[in-house]
Amino acid sequence: MSDTEATDAATETAVSGRSDASVEDREGVETHDSDVERAAKHTPSSIPLRVEGLRKQFGSITAVDGANFTVEEGSITGLIGPNGAGKSTTFNCITGIHEPTDGTVYFEGEDITGLSPNRVANRGLVRTFQLARELEEMTVIENMMLAPKEQLGESLWRSVLPVARRSVVEQERDVLERCWEMLEFFEIDHLAQEYAGNLSGGQRKLLELARALLTDPTMLLLDEPFAGVNPSLEARLLEHIHELRGDGYTFLIVEHDMDLIMENCEHIIVMHQGSVLMEGSPAEVRSNEAVIEAYLGGDVE
Amino acid sequence: MSDATADDPNTGLSGAIWGQDAVKLTALVAGLFALYLIGGTLLEYGVRQQVNSIAQLLFYIAVFAMLALALNLHWGYTGLFNIGVIGFMAIGIYTTAILSKGAMVTEPAAGSTGGFGLPLWLGIIGGVIAAAVFGGLVALPALRLRADYFAIVTIGLSEIVRFTLLESSFQSIAIAGYYTGLGGGSGLILDFDPTDQFLAFFGLSETYVAATESIGTRLGLGSNPAPVLDGLLYGLLLLVFLIGFYMTLQRIGNSPFGRVLKAIREDEEATRSLGKDTSGFKIKAFMIGCGLMGLAGILFYAEQGAITPDAFRPRITFFVWIALIIGGAGSNTGSVVGGAVFAAFLFRGPLFVKNIVQETIEVDAVDTFGQAVAPIVGSANPVPFFVYTIDNMQQLQLAIMGVVLIYLMHNRPEGILGHRKEAASPIGLERPSISGSIGTTSSDGDSTETDEVTTDE
Repeated sequence: MSDTEATDAATETAVSGRSDASVEDREGVETHDSDVERAAKHTPSSIPLRVEGLRKQFGSITAVDGANFTVEEGSITGLIGPNGAGKSTTFNCITGIHEPTDGTVYFEGEDITGLSPNRVANRGLVRTFQLARELEEMTVIENMMLAPKEQLGESLWRSVLPVARRSVVEQERDVLERCWEMLEFFEIDHLAQEYAGNLSGGQRKLLELARALLTDPTMLLLDEPFAGVNPSLEARLLEHIHELRGDGYTFLIVEHDMDLIMENCEHIIVMHQGSVLMEGSPAEVRSNEAVIEAYLGGDVE
Repeated sequence: MSDATADDPNTGLSGAIWGQDAVKLTALVAGLFALYLIGGTLLEYGVRQQVNSIAQLLFYIAVFAMLALALNLHWGYTGLFNIGVIGFMAIGIYTTAILSKGAMVTEPAAGSTGGFGLPLWLGIIGGVIAAAVFGGLVALPALRLRADYFAIVTIGLSEIVRFTLLESSFQSIAIAGYYTGLGGGSGLILDFDPTDQFLAFFGLSETYVAATESIGTRLGLGSNPAPVLDGLLYGLLLLVFLIGFYMTLQRIGNSPFGRVLKAIREDEEATRSLGKDTSGFKIKAFMIGCGLMGLAGILFYAEQGAITPDAFRPRITFFVWIALIIGGAGSNTGSVVGGAVFAAFLFRGPLFVKNIVQETIEVDAVDTFGQAVAPIVGSANPVPFFVYTIDNMQQLQLAIMGVVLIYLMHNRPEGILGHRKEAASPIGLERPSISGSIGTTSSDGDSTETDEVTTDE
């Protein structure tokens, strides 16, 4: 917990720095310098994900309307907002499932806007889905073994030709071992030979997270990872997320459970009606008038 | 059980599963042959007729099993709803025919067409490539469609192929001095004999001719045993191709490549989100399947002497689908089982039963539906109706297939073997033994675990 508090403090200073900048905005002349300074301070490595002016229209409905935010390296960042705020669409735009109407997404300093989902995933930005997308009629261990990148056996000729197949078998043993280790880490190794479709909702979420990790990501986007998960499993999932954060993974989590987000995220992005209402530490979010209004029956037109 | 992670259970395990499946398939085919031989005895067949009936059964088992295997790669593995199977078969055999028919360099008489006079093996390779390339061309735009629209594209395409073959403007054309063409409605004469060419290719023609006489007399085939033995030899040749199909597709299925295909079948978007370029995998799988369908089409028709566009109506596509559904989509072994069961019981079976019944029960023929139904109503005598039904078995065949399909869909939609867990990996997926600490248990534990997995049905 003390760890979280420390980072809270850090983000607070970051946020206060930003509000300083907006004060300078009004003062006019000095704006330019401070902008440059700020850009320089935010080197790409410390900000793996940056979303600028993201807009997505479906016909006449604007689901995301100019969202701007950044996610800092090694953080657990929460993305919250009332239903229809555009959280899932934002996720889909970042991960390439939807092509944004406008705006840019930078991942590790590179423009990834509009790349196909597999390209985005191969760069190390991997997502899970709101409704767990386990591959039902494949066993849990098969689900896991699908994920690792650069598998030799994914090339057709290598899988079929007699001599080349040896290298595939060789690599499969390593992959299998990694997958079992990961299953053990998530304590679902007893389910390895079950069809993934037979798992409970919570176990599916664990499977999905475990599978995503096997792709060697640097950042994970979790879309409502705790929805439909019982409290004890939720605690386990959270434990894993904190442990992985300690290993250097960055998390961006969409979640409806406010308490959960407040307790576990050091930085929170609040979306409302397609754009970012505010960003800040849990304390700031909790005390923000606009957030309270958005959640507690404000004007939702 | 859990500590039965003996040294390297993986190769032993997959070997055992394969062995088991091969045994099962052999037993099934042998059983079907036995049934037909018993039926033949009831019909008082001579040896010649028995051999003929077995050769024909073997032929149909092999072609339907091959086609079901190819379709299984599309539907069972990748989830591609291809109902244009016959189109790819047609492209295969027509390409082979045009490439390998005798060359005609002078304007031929009306109604006859030549080819390019290439060796048959080149023609076959050409046919397979043509089917695969055509599949690839279709796949590029069509694979982006949803499954049901994709199905419409494929069946439409197979009909377009048939109408192109019927088209009179392609009936005969001259290409680079060769007079060739698709033959239009009257089709093409296949002036090559695959069994002869096969024997000649290995320099066995004379040995074979010499052997036919002695084998013929030994089996009691009567005079001129060559056609009967040719049929049997061709059936055996197809069996070899079937084994090749099966082994190739098992390898594709039990590999990381096959794993991605299965994942695409389950949820393409999730698979993409794990970094797999699903369109690439889909195109490859589709092209391989189409090539194999082309090859199966070549083998289906090459021995028949002639091909006409009429043979390439969609009904065979649906026969293959029934075979796959019976056997169990998703399992290669199931596909072979489905092909064999379909060929023996649904495709050849009804006519065979008809012959047996008509041979054993002496009754007067009933010619019209009226004559068949009137006794039931009048004197509650069902015999004429029964006789009439048996007599029209050919027409009833499709109805029987429909009934079987409906029954399966209601009671066993996964087919005979579709429920099996067949690991999509070249190795067994048990927990690997960790650094040999418990790794050196007795091999007894190993074999019990093997049994458990293989009998897990």
